Amino acid sequence: MDDRLGDKQLLKIKHLLGIKGMCKEDLDLILKTSVSFKQILDTPNKKVAALKGITVVNMFFENSTRTKISFEMAEKRLSADVLNFAASSSSLKKGETLIDTAKNIEAMKIDMVVMRHSTPGAHKMLMDNLDSIIINAGDGAHEHPTQAILDLMTIVEHIPDLKGKRVTLVGDIVHSRVAMSNIHALKIFGAKVQVCGPSTLMPRDIEKMGVEVIYDLNEAIENSDVMNILRIQLERHVGASFPSLREYHNYWGITNEKLARAKNDILILHPGPMNRGVEIDDDVADGDHQVILDQVLNGVASRMAVLYLLSANIGGAK
Amino acid sequence: MKKMINNINLSEPLFKPVAKKLLIKNGTVIDAYAEKEFESDILIINGVIEKIAQSIKAEKGCEVIDAKGMYISAGFFDMHVHLREPGYEQAENIVSGTNAAMSGGITGLAAMANTTPCVDNKFILKDIQSRSKELLVTVHQIPAVTIKREGKVLAEMTELAENGALAFSDDGNGIQSSETMKGALEYAKMFGTPILVHPEDHSFTEGVMNESFTSTELGMSYIPAIAESINIARDIEIARYVDGKVHFQHVSAKESVELIRKAKKEKLKITCEVTPHHFSLTDDKVRTFSTDYKMNPPLRTQEDVDAIHKALKDGIIDVIATDHAPHPSEKKNVEFDFAPFGVLGLETMFSAGITYLVKPKKLSLMEFLKKITVNPRKILNLEPDLLKKGRTAEITIFDQNKKWKVDRRKLKSLSLNTCFHDDTHYGKVLYTINNGKIFKA
Ligand SMILES: [Zn+2]
Repeated sequence: MDDRLGDKQLLKIKHLLGIKGMCKEDLDLILKTSVSFKQILDTPNKKVAALKGITVVNMFFENSTRTKISFEMAEKRLSADVLNFAASSSSLKKGETLIDTAKNIEAMKIDMVVMRHSTPGAHKMLMDNLDSIIINAGDGAHEHPTQAILDLMTIVEHIPDLKGKRVTLVGDIVHSRVAMSNIHALKIFGAKVQVCGPSTLMPRDIEKMGVEVIYDLNEAIENSDVMNILRIQLERHVGASFPSLREYHNYWGITNEKLARAKNDILILHPGPMNRGVEIDDDVADGDHQVILDQVLNGVASRMAVLYLLSANIGGAK
Repeated sequence: MKKMINNINLSEPLFKPVAKKLLIKNGTVIDAYAEKEFESDILIINGVIEKIAQSIKAEKGCEVIDAKGMYISAGFFDMHVHLREPGYEQAENIVSGTNAAMSGGITGLAAMANTTPCVDNKFILKDIQSRSKELLVTVHQIPAVTIKREGKVLAEMTELAENGALAFSDDGNGIQSSETMKGALEYAKMFGTPILVHPEDHSFTEGVMNESFTSTELGMSYIPAIAESINIARDIEIARYVDGKVHFQHVSAKESVELIRKAKKEKLKITCEVTPHHFSLTDDKVRTFSTDYKMNPPLRTQEDVDAIHKALKDGIIDVIATDHAPHPSEKKNVEFDFAPFGVLGLETMFSAGITYLVKPKKLSLMEFLKKITVNPRKILNLEPDLLKKGRTAEITIFDQNKKWKVDRRKLKSLSLNTCFHDDTHYGKVLYTINNGKIFKA
């Protein structure tokens, strides 16, 4: 055990499948531990022995560069043995099933599985069929819990008490696991959550999650303390969802000009990868309000925290 | 795939020949055709009803069923079944499917045409008819409306009707072209058979569950209720225009129910059915991520279920039919997005009706039985008056109050994909009699 880490406390959750249903105490503990890891990442010796002898497999059935690198970095900083497995989701439709694939890998004595998958709930299948600790690195448009945790960590660095603060998620809410996990997390911390974008990208009855829907970006910019700009999937939408990227950029793209009406200390987040010139302009992406690269570092720190805290359950997850 | 339970081969028929003389004693006859309920015995000789009267004496050599505390009804009818033969026999075959049917009290069923090859010509129809002979359950194979169910070219409907087709259906696919639908309805008028419509507008992006707050929270791709109701609205217009006979299959949305309510007020020749899962369950079940709850149309919301209950009571929904859709476990035991649509139904149609409709007083037992005996037969132009002297005994005997636990491993279907696994149901079928054969549960 690295003496830079205190006594390990226990989370109530055994796996991290989603933010929904988590309690504030668990999130507080993860955030606190993330801060410790961030401090360690700021020292010359960035590595701790916390997961020595533990094997983590990263199973990515969808393209992802960022999340995968971030998890891998976190695992290596914790001294875990890391195994990477990448395949397309469509290969699962034809070849070996997910359960068989996962059981085969688990048979090689692994302890934790980090998975990205296109289907909501795929992680529950893993949990029901494996003994390993399961961490969700994104399941369809359902949840992306570690993204919400790193976003929360980044926001809290600037706004320690979120109660009553307004956070706006901008863009493609209907296809966004980031939005869903963020909404759950922000509500737990007492923030007022607002979603903004074209009506076609707002999922049905989203208000029932306790969020406000707003179509006018200018109005949202005026009343927000934080804006989290979601990525527009270029290939996906043009057609029935919105007329053109040009129109999207004109009305929902964040520009410095539009930001002129914002509060002085507004924070701009983006989970990446960015489409510069579509949902966010260069001068905002590189500007004073953005904390985008902080998010990246916090991503490693918070994933270290999640892996570290959940590893307490290895061997007894069921 | 399940092949055996308790050493019984599920691909072998599970019925026996009925005794030469069979007397059903001490039971209550419930005749949904005559809308009468009375204490009576029934004597069956050589599989034909000889006498319905009180206190019939058991002659020598007469087998007796003591039906004390039980109801005796006309055999149930399920007008929406996928038997999977030919083409998908690892999921079900005609024998296993009819075993499941009779264990659910069903003596007659209509099988859909989405087999491989598709039932879109006389030769395949006759082939299936010849494989379905000598069974307890009477199988009515419904041919497709269009070749390969592609919605383009009409099947040879006159010849098919001449060879026993009671109706036509492209079930599994909505007929997208309004012109094809108009043609099919006009053409079918010549022989008085209805078109059974799978109402779905396929221009909506393919989804896996109902569009609702639940799909929002789960991040699942969705099928809006209007994908169904738009198609129903269109076909009501066509039916009015050509004076055609349309039966809407597996109606699931309140919007659909309201459209049909209006059309019935106009006295159009329109009927419809609902499945047991759509009157029992809501899309909240999808939160379990279990593919047992993946079906098309998808489970809807409580509001839709309430509208369905009311429409059943008001007679807007004529029929309860199962959309029995077996899939082998290796196909269902995958991620939600990749699993095929469909759930089993035959063995739980009756008990789901008792549990979710009759017990909570949404329907009386008589009203419920009408929807699984009289009405489907009427729609398909079959004789609905079964409980009378001289007719082949087509009878189901059940105990309305008997409790049982649905266990997927004990069902007679080759497949396991019931959406009622582990549920406690009321209502158990004890004997099913038809075509000179008897099944005892
Ligand atoms: Zn259908």
